[in-house]
Parts: sequence; structure tokens; C-alpha cells
Amino acid sequence: MFGFVTFLLMFVLWIVMSGQFDLFHLSLGVISCAIVARMSGDLLFQDRQTDFRTRFGQAWRFAHFTLWLLWQIITANLYILQLALTTRKMVEVLDPHIFSFKSHLKTPFAQFVLANAITLTPGTVTIRIVDGVFTVHAITGQAAGDLEQLDNIQDINEMERRVAAVFEPEILQNTGGDK
Amino acid sequence: MNIYLDAIVVLLTFVGLLFFHGTTVGILRFPDFYTRMHAAGKGDTLSTMLILFGFAAYQLHHPSTATLLVAGKIIFIAVLVFIASPTATHAIMDAGYESEIGAWSAKDGFVSSCLIRKEKGE
Repeated sequence: MFGFVTFLLMFVLWIVMSGQFDLFHLSLGVISCAIVARMSGDLLFQDRQTDFRTRFGQAWRFAHFTLWLLWQIITANLYILQLALTTRKMVEVLDPHIFSFKSHLKTPFAQFVLANAITLTPGTVTIRIVDGVFTVHAITGQAAGDLEQLDNIQDINEMERRVAAVFEPEILQNTGGDK
Repeated sequence: MNIYLDAIVVLLTFVGLLFFHGTTVGILRFPDFYTRMHAAGKGDTLSTMLILFGFAAYQLHHPSTATLLVAGKIIFIAVLVFIASPTATHAIMDAGYESEIGAWSAKDGFVSSCLIRKEKGE
């Protein structure tokens, strides 16, 4: 089943990339996709426990999350544009500092998505993740805002809540959901 | 019809260039390595994506299967940039942090990052 889905995904990619719809090229695609899916089909879906229903739900919520992230990128860029062009004295406006917080997310992929989301939102960039502890660089104190106030272990910031809602919904129940 | 499409293409490319402008000025004006990476990492993502979307829209002047596929491939590149750009930013930031590049702070001016680590108890 997993091998078949891998095959289908690769075949769609083949069609888009080749752009040829005659029988010869399509059969070439079927053969090569089948060989690759047979040989290295276990690479794409490494976790065989999660069924496709859950995965589809994740993909769907991830699409919503991406839309929100796109909006964040636009505001981040406007922020950088405004900082770079309209600031007269950098020294007075900027207040860069490095802080760290412990994430509730368990899986490496969810942590990776959170790190990328932090990087793309205004004023913060993830430096590293070690055992779920995120080290983040913020360009102004105001930009760090929500992320930094995490002394209470039960607290979960907004961005992390959004990532958790996509990949690990059970976390939200443990932390009291919409705090 | 075509003139509206042209307007969209020009608008996307122009806004992309505007954000690239902000990125470049940011890289030149910000005080230290880390703040410059803020400008480089964020500005690149959106402006590259906008310009690529402009290219994809330009393909729709002569809608056919071939041009639609080209537009689709350009969208693939945009998705790649969307994933790869923050990851690359993060890799460069981490390399800088690892090799203890000095950071600028509003209170003390330039601080070596060894000192920052000591404060954090790392």
C-alpha cells in the first residue's frame, strides 16, 4: 500500500516533469517509477504505524497552516523592509538578543516545521534545536514577544500551538488547549 | 485580457524586487552577522517566490498543456525555495553561533558569543 502511494506520487511528478503524453513516454515512466518504488519505496513513508487517514488529515491541516505562514512571511518582509529603509538610527531601534525555550513537540519533523515557522515570522530566527530546546535570535524585544514568555512549562505559545494542531493534537489536550 | 495578465506579471516582479531591495539595504545596514541573516533569510523567501509566481503567470499568455506544465514546474521551484530558504538561513546561523561570531547588543555594543553562552549556562 505504501509502495503503491509512493509509485503514484512519483508518477504524477514524472508526468509534470516530462510533459509527454504518448504511450512510449508514459510506459517508460511506469517502468522506472515501479523500479524506484520497489527498490527504495521505504524512504518516503518511514513511519508505518500512521495510517493514511491520519496522514491525509495532517496534510490538509498543513495546507491551512501554510496559508497562515504565507501571511506571516509577508508581514515579516514588510517589517524588514520598514526596519531597513525607514530607520534613521539602527542603534536606537534594534535590540537583538538570543533566548531559548523548551518545545512540547516530540517528533523531529514537527520541530523542523516549528523552526522554519519561527524563522519565517517577523523578527525571529531559529539558531538550533537540541533535544527539543530551541535557541532563537530575535531582532527586537517586541519581536520575541510571545515566544519568550515561556517560563511556565505548561504554557504553549501561539506558533507552537498551531504546529501542534497539525501534527500532534494530543499535546493541546495535555496543556489545556486554548490557554 | 493580456494587458491585465501583463499588469499582474509586472506587479509581482516589481513587488519582489522591492522586497529584494529591502533585503539588500538590510544586509548593508544591520549591525552584526545575526541581524544581517534576518534580512537575508526572510527577504529572499518572499521576493524569490513573488518573482517566480510572476514568471508562472507570464506562461499563461498562451495557455496550453505545455505552458501550464512549465508554470507548474516554476511553482515546484517556489515550493522548494519556501522550504530550503529558512533551512539554509538556520544552517548559516547555527554555523555562526558554533564558531562564536560576536553579536551586537543595544546595551553593550559588540559582545562575543562565548559571553552570551556563559550567561545562558551552556
